[in-house]
Formats: sequence, C-alpha cells, structure tokens
Amino acid sequence: MAQKILLNNINVPGINTFEVYRKNGGYAAVEKALKTMSPDDVVEEVKKSGLRGRGGAGFPTGMKWSFLAKPEGVPRYLVCNADESEPGTFKDRYLMTHTPHTLIEGMIVSSFALGANTSYIYVRGEMMPQIRILERAIAEAKNAGFLGKNILGTGYDLEIYVQPGGGAYICGEETALLESLEGKRGNPRIKPPFPAIAGLYGCPTVVNNVESIAAVSWIILNGGDEYAKIGVGRSTGTKLISASGNINKPGVYEIELGVPVEEFIYSDEYCGGITNGKRLKAVVAGGSSVPILPANLILKLANGQPRLMSYESLAEGGFVTGTMLGSGGFVVMDEDACVVRNTWNFSRFYHHESCGQCSPCREGTGWMEKVLHRIEYGHGKMSDIDLLVDVSKKIEGNTICPLGDAAAWPVASAIRHFRDEFEWHVKEPKLAME
Amino acid sequence: MLAVKEIKFSAEALKKVDEIIARYPEGRQKSALLPLLHLAQEEFGWCSTETMDYVASFLDINPIEVYEVASFYTMFHLKPSGKYVLEVCRTGPCCLVGAEKIIDHLEKKLGVKEGEVTPDGLFSFKGVECLAACGYGPVLQIGPEYTFYENLTVAGVDELITQLKNKN
Ligand SMILES: NC(=O)C1=CN([C@@H]2O[C@H](COP(=O)(O)OP(=O)(O)OC[C@H]3O[C@@H](n4cnc5c(N)ncnc54)[C@H](O)[C@@H]3O)[C@@H](O)[C@H]2O)C=CC1
Ligand SMILES: Cc1cc2nc3c(=O)[nH]c(=O)nc-3n(C[C@H](O)[C@H](O)[C@H](O)COP(=O)(O)O)c2cc1C
Ligand code: SF4
Ligand code: FES
Repeated sequence: MAQKILLNNINVPGINTFEVYRKNGGYAAVEKALKTMSPDDVVEEVKKSGLRGRGGAGFPTGMKWSFLAKPEGVPRYLVCNADESEPGTFKDRYLMTHTPHTLIEGMIVSSFALGANTSYIYVRGEMMPQIRILERAIAEAKNAGFLGKNILGTGYDLEIYVQPGGGAYICGEETALLESLEGKRGNPRIKPPFPAIAGLYGCPTVVNNVESIAAVSWIILNGGDEYAKIGVGRSTGTKLISASGNINKPGVYEIELGVPVEEFIYSDEYCGGITNGKRLKAVVAGGSSVPILPANLILKLANGQPRLMSYESLAEGGFVTGTMLGSGGFVVMDEDACVVRNTWNFSRFYHHESCGQCSPCREGTGWMEKVLHRIEYGHGKMSDIDLLVDVSKKIEGNTICPLGDAAAWPVASAIRHFRDEFEWHVKEPKLAME
Repeated sequence: MLAVKEIKFSAEALKKVDEIIARYPEGRQKSALLPLLHLAQEEFGWCSTETMDYVASFLDINPIEVYEVASFYTMFHLKPSGKYVLEVCRTGPCCLVGAEKIIDHLEKKLGVKEGEVTPDGLFSFKGVECLAACGYGPVLQIGPEYTFYENLTVAGVDELITQLKNKN
C-alpha cells in the first residue's frame, strides 16, 4: 500500500469532528510547532520537505514562505486558496468535506510559521456545505484552545475566517482572489509584485492551495527529510489526484508521486481501467489548462520508458510530446469521446471565465470558441484549423494572468495531436455530427 | 412577484452582518461585500437594486461598488428566478459521462428554456461551469443551500423534480 499523508484516516468514522480527529493524533503538529519550534524552524522543515504548490504551478512552498516580506509593524496574512474550479479538479472539496481539521491544523501551523494573526480560507461560493463544515471545524478548534488568543498558553494569537467567493473561476488566480477578498471584482493584478511582497490590503501575504497547507502538519510531525523520501526526484511527497471521465472508479486518490501512469489508469487500487473495456484514447492529466495527450504519449515517454505521475515525467518532452501535472485533475477519454467537442467545450469555458481585462484573452477566447463551434457543428473550413493555431499563439504569453495560456494550450495541443480528427469534422460534417 | 418584500434584514441576519464585518481589519469592511450579498440573496431571494443599495449602506460604500461586484460573479441573481434553480454542470468532464443528455431532458421535462421560470414559479434551470465534482458526474446543485445531486440519470432527475413539487 502506498504511503498516505492526507487521507490516511479518511475512513475513520467521525474523523470530520474535532474529538475523533484529535483522538487519532490530530493537532499534535500544532502542539509541536507552537511549543517546541520557532517560526523559522517550521519554514526550514517545509523547505527541506521539497513540498511544491499543489494549486497547479508547483512552486516550492518553503521557498515562497521564505520570500515573505517582514516590514516592522505591518501585518502579514496567510490566505488559503480553496476556490477549486479548474475543470477536472475536485480534490480540495473532497478533503474539506471529509477531513476539514486536516486543513485547519495545517492553517494554524502555517500561520504560525509566517507570523500571521489573521488568516482567511477563500472557498468558492458554490461550496456552501463545505463552508459550513469549515466554520464548524474552526469553532470546535477554538473551543479546544487551538485558535483564538494565547493558543495553548504560548502567547500566539490566531483567528481563521472563511470567505465565500461569488462564482468566478478567475478568482482562483491568487491576485484575483485577493481582489475578491477585498470586496472587488476578480481582476488579476500584474505580477510582480508577488503577494509575498504586496498581497492582501497591500500587506505581505502567502497564498497557498488547500492541499499544500494540509500537508504541512505531517511534515512538521515527521520532519521534512521524511517527507522528501516519498516520491521521486524533485517531486517529493504525495499528491491528490482527481480522476474523472471514462474510467471504472472515478474519485480522489492520494498517490506517492512517481506512480506509473499506466498503473494509475489500469490498476484496481486507482482508476480500475476504462469503462466497458474500451480503449484509452486521450488524457488531460492536470486539469483543463494543460495540454491533452493521446494514449501512446501519456503512457510512455518518447524513449519508450513508462511515463510517471510526477511534475518532471509528465512534463518530459515539453509541449511537443509532454504535458503538466498541474492541479492533478486527471480526465480520461475513451475511444468514443470526441476531442473536437471537448476542445470546443473547454474553449467555451475559458471564454465564459475570462475577466475581460486583456484583449488577447477576451477576444481570442471568444474567437476560438466560435471557430470550434462551427467545426463541431459541421460548418468548418479546413483553414479554420490553422486559424485556431494562429489565434492560440497570439494569446499565449500576451496576457496579464495565465488564464490566457490556459485557454490557448488545450486548443493548440488538441490540434497538434488530433489534427486528423479536426480535418474529419470538416470533411465529413454529417458523420461527425452523429 | 406579488407584494414587494420589505428590504430589511431580520434581527438574526443583522447580528450576522456585524459578525461578518468584524472579520476584517479597521477600514477594510468592504471585504464583507461578497458575504453580505450572499446573506441578502438568501433573505430576499435575489439581488434587486434596492437590495444592493441596502447592502452598500452597511459598508459605507457607493451603490455602484456593489453593482459592479454583483454583476461580475455568477452566483448573484440580478433578476428573480424560480424557487428552485437547477444548476447543471455543463463542462467537459461531466459531458464525457452524459451531462448534455441531462440538460436536454430538463428542457423537455420543465418545458422552459434555460433561464426561464416555469409557470408555477417553482423551477428554472441553468448550465453552469465545473462544480469541482467531476468524478461524480453528471451533477447538479440547488441554491441557496447548494445541495448536491451526483451521478444523475434521467430517471433520477424526474424523481427529484417530483419530490420538490411535492414539498410545495
Ligand atoms: N487548482 C485549480 O483549480 C487551478 C489551478 N491552476 C494552476 O495555476 C497555475 C498558475 O498559477 P500562478 O499562480 O499564475 O503561477 P505562478 O508560477 O505565477 O506562481 C505560483 C506561486 O508561486 C509564487 N511565486 C512565484 N514566483 C515567486 C517569487 N519570485 N516570489 C514570491 N512568490 C513567487 C506565486 O505567488 C504563487 O503563489 C497553472 O499552472 C495551473 O495549473 C489554474 C487554474 C485552476
Ligand atoms: C486562472 C487560474 C485559476 C487558478 N485557480 C486556482 C484554484 O482554484 N486553486 C488553487 O489553489 N490555485 C489556483 N490557481 C493558482 C494560484 O494562482 C496560485 O498559484 C496557488 O494558489 C498558489 O498555491 P500553491 O503554491 O500552494 O499551489 C489558479 C491560477 C490561475 C491562473
Ligand atoms: S488573461 Fe484573461 S483572465 Fe487573465 S487578466 Fe487577462 S483577460 Fe483576465
Ligand atoms: S466538469 Fe462537472 S463537476 Fe467538474
């Protein structure tokens, strides 16, 4: 059995309550950190662990923490990114629903490390049930003396508040999230400055994903070196993978980074193979924003070696033959799935979610959606295919935030690997519509 | 809409308002805007201009600051909707497992187009983007509690609609 860190107690009845969580060793990391370590010690352990941001970008968490500015007399904030909206991603919702105290414990240890006395968990607004669950968990922890003034008599004060979003994918982008938390429209800010220098209310702020923060407690209890032993190379530790699409066992799985992709798709421990014994056609491995790969390329590297579920292995080959681990939203498509339709669908999504600040993104996503729609619905021209590639190139790299890239990559990669399917839609519109 | 409901928070909601505003540092009460809009929508059903002006009055901000925010986010209804808004996920992963069939079926079953309200005022439906439940698709949610219905089938949808009708 693979080592589990985040979900090891997920099947314990009542683990969502403080009492049961505590009985199973919960909040020991808070005791250890607050009573026996300095904030810098905590940062040091997280650095040693090699933990990388689980929101998708994979930026080393310890390094981000050590970049946090510490001007005298200015408050610092920790903001947890629980806006989870990347199509294919549903791990944070799972964790918050079933083991909310894992997140709250991580929040306390992380806030202590950063010197934050107020922290916010920004949860996407549609997750009202999870908001209630977290509010209850916070109240329980506070009752037990793990939150509030003078926690465990150590002199450290911390309040955690849950902030609901309003329904906007872009608010998962950290600077849009901060704008939203300030009560504004979710328009991303230009980076730099990174939030670590000027974040919430202009103060130094760390924004971290739910899963990144949840992993911190284990790292503090067991040591960064122990964490770094799990996984492969610079992909240390475990990762939650949200598996969906045409598989027998969709759901959230905690894997040790480095599991072969083939094992992940076909073994009974994970996805359990393709539904109805069909053939695998393609996988979007890291949420809708990452390039789609056909079966042969997702299973094997160009040199014939098996591809692994790790940051490096999934990226191997660049965008020519590779993709990205991203947020770990693993969407599996069988031989009957239509790549053109899926690409149009994703395009519509990005157009709908563009905040509209930059013209390449605002106009380009709409244009791609329109062209893809006409190809999918039998009115496409051959030249439309190159037109799409052209538009996607003009968006990529020319926008304030990476939503533009996220809209461009799926289109460019679908055409790169499935051009014949697009051509077939143009040549045989009637057949393709069936 | 029959008698216009008076736009005034209940005593309980007012307590909640104070509690929410206290979450933010001095001078940063505008941060309470999204939580207050949610609260207002829960109390008054949707975000009318009067409701938004009322929200502005608690935060010492101009009404326009509320309008521009409420119109940016998809969750705030700027016009009245059915009592139950069935929000079905229409994004890629759910479509791989049949979301489009569910949406087509809802349109037929309710006899209204997306966004329209059934004559009895009970239902409307809407395609929404990925709800972070892709492994349990097709899925739909119903506000204001955002109750979730997973692994939907056509028969399951019919049953849900009957259940909701019987509640009224
Ligand atoms: N989980 C989800 O639902 C979604 C995840 N994503 C992921 O988001 C990723 C893009 O996120 P971004 O935040 O734009 O990436 P980024 O690379 O700009 O930043 C990643 C993190 O590292 C920090 N950082 C980077 N350089 C820094 C520096 N020099 N000093 C201080 N801090 C620094 C940033 O503040 C941020 O917290 C994509 O790769 C995608 O996979 C995208 C959409 C949705
Ligand atoms: C359009 C867009 C949407 C994003 N959505 C999320 C999200 O829902 N959750 C998340 O944790 N990160 C999201 N991110 C990444 C964040 O900007 C940021 O990198 C992350 O929260 C940092 O946390 P981490 O270092 O722990 O991963 C998104 C980025 C972009 C460009
Ligand atoms: S890239 Fe798109 S979403 Fe990002 S800031 Fe520009 S317009 Fe907004
Ligand atoms: S695609 Fe429907 S919940 Fe994610």
